Amino acid sequence: MVDISIAYDRLRLEEKMLSKKVAELGHTASMIDAKAIRTGTSSTKESLGIGDVMLERCVSYYRGMFLTAIAEFAGASVINSLKVAANCGNKLFMTLLLKKAGVPTPETYFSLSAQSARERISEAGRPLVIKPLVGSWGRGVMRINDADAIDAVIEAREITDSGYDRTYYFQELVDRPPRDIRVITVGDQAVGAMYRSSDGFRTNVAAGATPEACEITGEMRELAARASGAVGGGILGVDMMEDRERGLVVHEVNNTVEFRGLASTGQADIPQSMVEFALRSAKR
Amino acid sequence: MKCPECDADIAIQDDAMSGEIVSCAECGADYELAKNGSDVELKKAETVGEDWGE
Ligand SMILES: Nc1ncnc2c1ncn2[C@@H]1O[C@H](COP(=O)(O)OP(=O)(O)OP(=O)(O)O)[C@@H](O)[C@H]1O
Ligand SMILES: [Zn+2]
Repeated sequence: MVDISIAYDRLRLEEKMLSKKVAELGHTASMIDAKAIRTGTSSTKESLGIGDVMLERCVSYYRGMFLTAIAEFAGASVINSLKVAANCGNKLFMTLLLKKAGVPTPETYFSLSAQSARERISEAGRPLVIKPLVGSWGRGVMRINDADAIDAVIEAREITDSGYDRTYYFQELVDRPPRDIRVITVGDQAVGAMYRSSDGFRTNVAAGATPEACEITGEMRELAARASGAVGGGILGVDMMEDRERGLVVHEVNNTVEFRGLASTGQADIPQSMVEFALRSAKR
Repeated sequence: MKCPECDADIAIQDDAMSGEIVSCAECGADYELAKNGSDVELKKAETVGEDWGE
């Protein structure tokens, strides 16, 4: 019997599905509330209550990543690893890694000051997409059509002025149908896919898009495997768009993937693939 | 259970787990369930952070 820890801060349907699946397969699921942990340099896997392997499922990116660092330090096997969490959580790192691995990805531009951001927009002469470096569910992702739009973003960021606000991430606007594709990978293998359709610009389910079943093509399978490898593997959500000229491009790899939309399209047993992967990664 | 904010009734499913979020249908407040055996407590849920998501 393997002890699989599921670390969470907000228990969603996904974590409940995973814990049920662990029990169904005859193993033990121990739920770890990341918010309740008090730890230090003398902590051990045992004192942290971590079993043979830990699935990190926090909704807060930094909390999840720091817990992963602590757990790995204490000798635990964590899915995903600290390296993968660091790579995926920051869009600048992720995009560079995708490009380096030769994965087709939209043309992306970086500006390390507000002035450079203004210049990028005025030189582009066409709309670009701006995205916060850290963040998800499509929040803060928008089209920037002109100087007024970038000035508004700069002004808003000058007020919040967090550590990442002075870095600007722009992407070419991809000409695509009103949907994107989410492929879930487990150990580099695509185990499920869905279209996310929306009338709005963003196609995130959290932003109101509808999930629809999507048959995994050979091209999707191959791209997803390469994107997963580029960031370091594990359990991931690879997002792709159907560029009308170039075909599939990968715009993002997610570290703690939500899959309830996929479960509702009635495809392969996603939690089962994830738990089986955790069993293979267990360290006793 | 009663909503600590507005005193409306909040139904808790038998199979609910610690850490789950329940919302009050009356006032919309979010609570995190804390279960200890048959003891159930409602804690104020965290608000959405900038770094939340996938
Ligand atoms: N370059 C682009 N061209 C056209 N549409 C885009 C582009 N980049 C993103 N989008 C749309 O905006 C949505 C949100 O973008 P993205 O996935 O990069 O943000 P996110 O906040 O990280 O979302 P996620 O929850 O998937 O992590 C995408 O699902 C896609 O529909
Ligand atoms: Zn209430």
